[in-house]
Amino acid sequence: MRFAVVVFPGSNCDHDAYHALADVLGQQVDLVWHKATDLRGPDAVVLPGGFSYGDYLRCGAIARFSPIMDRVREFAAAGGPVIGICNGFQVLLEAGLLPGGMRRNRDLKFICEHVHLRVEASDTPFTRRAAVGQVLRIPIAHGEGNYYADPGTLSELAENRQIVFRYTAPDGAADERRNVNGSTQAIAGICSRERNVLGLMPHPERACEVAVGSTDGRVVFESVLAAAAVPASVAEAI
Amino acid sequence: MKARVYVTLKPSILDPQGKTIAGALHSLGYDAVRDVRQGKYFELDIDAPTVDQTRSLAGEVADRLLANPVIESYRVEVGKP
Repeated sequence: MRFAVVVFPGSNCDHDAYHALADVLGQQVDLVWHKATDLRGPDAVVLPGGFSYGDYLRCGAIARFSPIMDRVREFAAAGGPVIGICNGFQVLLEAGLLPGGMRRNRDLKFICEHVHLRVEASDTPFTRRAAVGQVLRIPIAHGEGNYYADPGTLSELAENRQIVFRYTAPDGAADERRNVNGSTQAIAGICSRERNVLGLMPHPERACEVAVGSTDGRVVFESVLAAAAVPASVAEAI
Repeated sequence: MKARVYVTLKPSILDPQGKTIAGALHSLGYDAVRDVRQGKYFELDIDAPTVDQTRSLAGEVADRLLANPVIESYRVEVGKP
């Protein structure tokens, strides 16, 4: 399978994603510069973590206007799987590809630690190999991951089952103390209504090898690999 | 023509930075400061012939880029302070 990892100025998890996908999972990966106007025919797109444009103005606010984002938007509109990790999630929110916004973490601290996530939906291209209720141990590293959505948006997210991951205790029980950044309803990751765009603050690409302390992140990428062949409409759009 | 844009989190949204600043002020003894909301301030130099056009353009860029309408609101001022 062919992945495009978009590189913005200030991205710093692009090589983590490259390593996980190419070296660990043996896939073909292109690093695509944000000024490119062509994604080079991927089957899936990754917007990596980091600090695009130095987080100036707001996290992801400038990156959303990068030329490559038009192609990402088209790829997503045609049903192609897009995964935004950490800063990539912030970019997807700013671009309006996912609903809601990010605030500073509740306690204003940059938090870098392993957290537990409960899988809330397994009918997405990113969780089809996981089970609902399964708990993943995956690291986070962010200062602005305090997810916010207004009550109307929250009920839409619930109604369409767009909430994919929540911060929980290790046994999967809801626990506000484990909602480390203060996110509304402990939301760690959501997908689009069409389910093919995922944004999450935790870093699954940093949890793909025993050597780094967890392999729980692999299920996200293995789910994408297990996804059915890319629809013809996507192939035409790219 | 100069335009000034003030961006703040919407009143319904908790402002963790403002809360922390208010807490620091209280620890300094400024109990009279009940609450603090932190925001951003932009000065724009806009090439437009009238006040109305300057205001309209400043509002447009605030809406598109300077503020995130999901979580923030903004206010535009045009002309001398």
